Parts: sequence; structure tokens; C-alpha cells
Amino acid sequence: MCRTVSIIQIQNLTKTFGCGENAVTALENIDLTIEEGDIFGIIGLSGAGKSTLVRCMNLLERPTHGSVIVNGSDMTILNDKDLRRARRSIGMIFQGFNLLMQRTALGNICYPLEISGMKKQECEQRARELLKLVGLEDREKAYPAQLSGGQKQRIAIARALATNPKVLLCDEATSALDPTTTLSILDLLKELNRKLGVTVVVITHEMRVVEKICNRVAIIADSHIVESGNVSDVFRHPKTEAARQLITPRNENALKFTGKGRFYRITFDGLTTDQPIVANMVLAFGEPVNIVFADTRTIQGRIFGHMILQLPENPVTTGRMLSYLESKNVTYSEEDSEQ
Amino acid sequence: MTIMDWLPVIGVGILETLYMTLVSTLFAYLIGLPLGLWLVVTNPDGIRPNAAVSHIAGGIVNALRSAPFLILLMALIPLTRIITGTSIGSTAMIPPLVIAAFPFVARMVESSAKEVDRGVIEAALSMGSSPLQVVTKVILPEARPSLITGATIAITTILGYTAMAGVCGAGGLGAIAINYGYYRYQTGIMWVMVILLIVIVQIFQSIGNWLAFRCDRRIR
Repeated sequence: MCRTVSIIQIQNLTKTFGCGENAVTALENIDLTIEEGDIFGIIGLSGAGKSTLVRCMNLLERPTHGSVIVNGSDMTILNDKDLRRARRSIGMIFQGFNLLMQRTALGNICYPLEISGMKKQECEQRARELLKLVGLEDREKAYPAQLSGGQKQRIAIARALATNPKVLLCDEATSALDPTTTLSILDLLKELNRKLGVTVVVITHEMRVVEKICNRVAIIADSHIVESGNVSDVFRHPKTEAARQLITPRNENALKFTGKGRFYRITFDGLTTDQPIVANMVLAFGEPVNIVFADTRTIQGRIFGHMILQLPENPVTTGRMLSYLESKNVTYSEEDSEQ
Repeated sequence: MTIMDWLPVIGVGILETLYMTLVSTLFAYLIGLPLGLWLVVTNPDGIRPNAAVSHIAGGIVNALRSAPFLILLMALIPLTRIITGTSIGSTAMIPPLVIAAFPFVARMVESSAKEVDRGVIEAALSMGSSPLQVVTKVILPEARPSLITGATIAITTILGYTAMAGVCGAGGLGAIAINYGYYRYQTGIMWVMVILLIVIVQIFQSIGNWLAFRCDRRIR
């Protein structure tokens, strides 16, 4: 394994809006490290502070306390000129695309190059390379109003990458897109991460976005980071209620456990779901089990998920089934049937 | 007087009206455009918030906009004499017209510039734009259709002011309407002037609408 280098380091960050009695704390004591080459997801419900957090990374919002170190320099202490230069190595895309409506696709991609002082001809040459990278080389003369949502976001990605940034911040970049377009944009981000080595920070409220492309994740709730780590670890064993709420769909919380037989939550950890465990178990014991709830998903090619099973009434069969599950490395825990 | 006698009078009137209107609009924009942008930039939610500057500039604009044009015209006669050397004639009307119009223009520019999507400005800032670059390369081009519509409104308003200035020694169609129509009871010539003014406003409005539509890339 090669040594990883942290590209974004946030230390003890607090952001308060307003002052006095009306002050609202958007972020409190945030510590976060993002390694070079990561696709880092920051997930939370709306109002949790995730958009503010990503805006603190390029100082679109100035933190009230704490430091934001990107590419080795503390963004909070830079003067205006150095801050502008630093921002050129941090690309950003948005939910609303935020393209210049009066410029063509090519003109939009040229914008960051123009403001950095590049000559017009060189700008256009570089912009054409980027159009090709995002697969829209035939749309250079189109204005944003003539493009679909997915195409607009591709142009925005090309624009954000024009100055060869080390980091790409994505603020709800797929939230305004339909599911198919979302997948194609996520694929593009993953491809760019692999091809260009750009570190991608993804702000989202959607689990599927994190599952699809992120290798690491931080869960943000009520202005705090409540959990962070590898996506597979955090999703498999959420430690906090906030994380569980995000990871576990709401309908599961409303489940009522009734009837005889005890309920067990079994957890697939990515190694075992290639075998039909439950079906094999039923065949082996010749007793039916009741699948009350199931939710499995593929993360980085491995399958994770939960299933809630009602095992047979007979305690002996139940015990043998549990030991069968243990032998297959499936972890389980009993669900409280009084819920 | 026959029609043939009126024609040169009306011709000169049209030229004087256009001269006062266009020159005043030009100067009003030279002052009002930067001032309007300044108001937007220093606004509390602008890109360089500055409450003091914003309040002072806003206060001056409001004060000048509150003064009725005719009163401003008379009150400014000493200043007009210093600038143009005279207090009558079309050229003498330009300083008061500019002073009456630039605060109005500043507000029009401010309102157009505020229409620019905040997200687009945020994106420009995230790419490392300086405030000047945001103004010149984002706000102005993005607000262009709205700025043109605003300029059309400004130009027709200033045209109306030039007609009023006819009371105080200006030339132009307004002066003809007042001098012949009002003081000499030649109602017919007054209505001819009114119709000519309407036609000129219509022409400006149509050109403005056409330009605003043509340059707007959002409508496709």
C-alpha cells in the first residue's frame, strides 16, 4: 500500500451565522481529513450543515473558528489574492449547475482559464480537450438553455476541471437530475477521479450516491460529524442513531413485530451474499423462515445489507439456525419484539 | 403658417429632442452604470459588502430622485451656467437632465444586476474571480438583456423630461408644444408634437425590445 497524503484537513471548525441572540450555529467542532485520491462523501439531511461545510473548504464561507488546510496551505489566513489563486486549484460544481447563461458551452469552460490570464486561443484549445473529456465535443457552440440537465452538469464539471484542480467539490451535484442521468454523472466523476487523480468531495442527502462512488464517508447531523470512515464500515455498523436513520430506510423503523417466533437482524458484510445463505439454511433445516424485511445493496462490488428474519417457534431449530449463520460468518442480533 | 413653414421648425425640434435625450442618456449612464454596480457590490449581500458606503450612495440616489425634475432644473441653473456658459437652449438642459437621470439609471442598473443568479456569482468566486472580474465578466454580460430593457425605459423617461424642460428654455418638440400650443392656443400643433413624441418613444421601445431579445441566449 502506498502512503496516503491528506489533501484537505479541517481542524476544530465552527461556523456561526449572525450574532448575539439570533446566532445560528451551522457547524461545530468539525474535524475532518480527506486523503488525496479519495472520493469522499459527506451525507446528511437538509439543514445538517453539509453545504456550509463544503463552502468552508474553498472559503466561500469563512469559518468562525478553526482552520481549513487544503493542498498544504491554511485557507483561513490567506490574503484575497492568494485565496483566489488557491481557489483555482479547487474546482466546484453545484446542484443548480450555475453556468453563465449568456456564454456558450465552450465559453463557460474558457471562463476560469480567461480569469487566470490565459490567451484566448489557448483557452479554447484547452476547453475543447475538456469538452471531449466529458463527452460533449459536439456541443461547444450550444448555450446552456439548449442543453439538458445532465449535459449542463457535464459542462460544469469540465469548467471546474479546466484549471487542473487537485480537488473537486460537488455540492448536491446530482440532486436536480433524474436517476439515469445521476448514474451517468456519478460514473463520470468516478472515471475522472481514476483518470486524473482528482480528489472528489461529494455532498449529498442520498445514500445511493455515496454507495455508488465513495470510498469514504462522513455523516453530518445537527452541525456535527457523527461518524466517519470507510463506506463499508460505516454502512455495516452504524454507531449512532443519526447514521442509522440515514442508512436504514424509514419504513423499517415502522415495522411491527408480531406473531410467534423470535426476530433476528442478520447483517451481510460483503463476503457472504454471493451464496444464497437464507435459502440454503431453509433447505438444510427443512423449516421455513419468515423474511420480515430485507435491504441489501452493492457497495464497491461487494454486497452489504440487513435482513430481519422471523425464525421458527421451536427454540432448538432457532438455536441451530443461529449457529448455522455463525458458521457462515453472518452476524446477527435479536430484534426486540416489543417494539 | 403653412405646413411648409412648420416643417423646418418641427425638423429642428426633432433633432433638438434627440440631441438632448441621447447626450443626457449617455452621460447619465456614464455616472449611473458604475454607481448602480457599486450599489450592488457594496450591498449587504453583495460581493464586497460595505454598509457605510452602500448607505451613503443609496442616500444620495434617493435624495436626487425625490426632487421633482422641474425644480431641480431651476435650482441647478447656476451649475448649468458654470458648465455650459448659458442657462437656455438645448445644451443648457443637459446638465440638469443628467443629474435628474443618473440616480434613476443607477437604480435601474442595480435592479438588473441583482437579477443575476447568485449561484452563478458564487461559481465565479469559487473559480478564483476577483470582484472586478465578477462585475465585468459575469454580472454585466449576464444582466445584458435586462440592462438593455432598463436603458430603453431610461431613454424614454429622459425623453419625457426634455419635453418638460421646454417650459424652462429648452428647445425640442416639448418646447414647440408649449410655446405654440399652450401660450398661443394652437392646439393642433400641440397634438402634432404629442403624436411625434409618441412615435419617437415607440421607435426607441421597439429597438430596445428587439436588442434585448436578440442578445438574450436564454431564449431558444
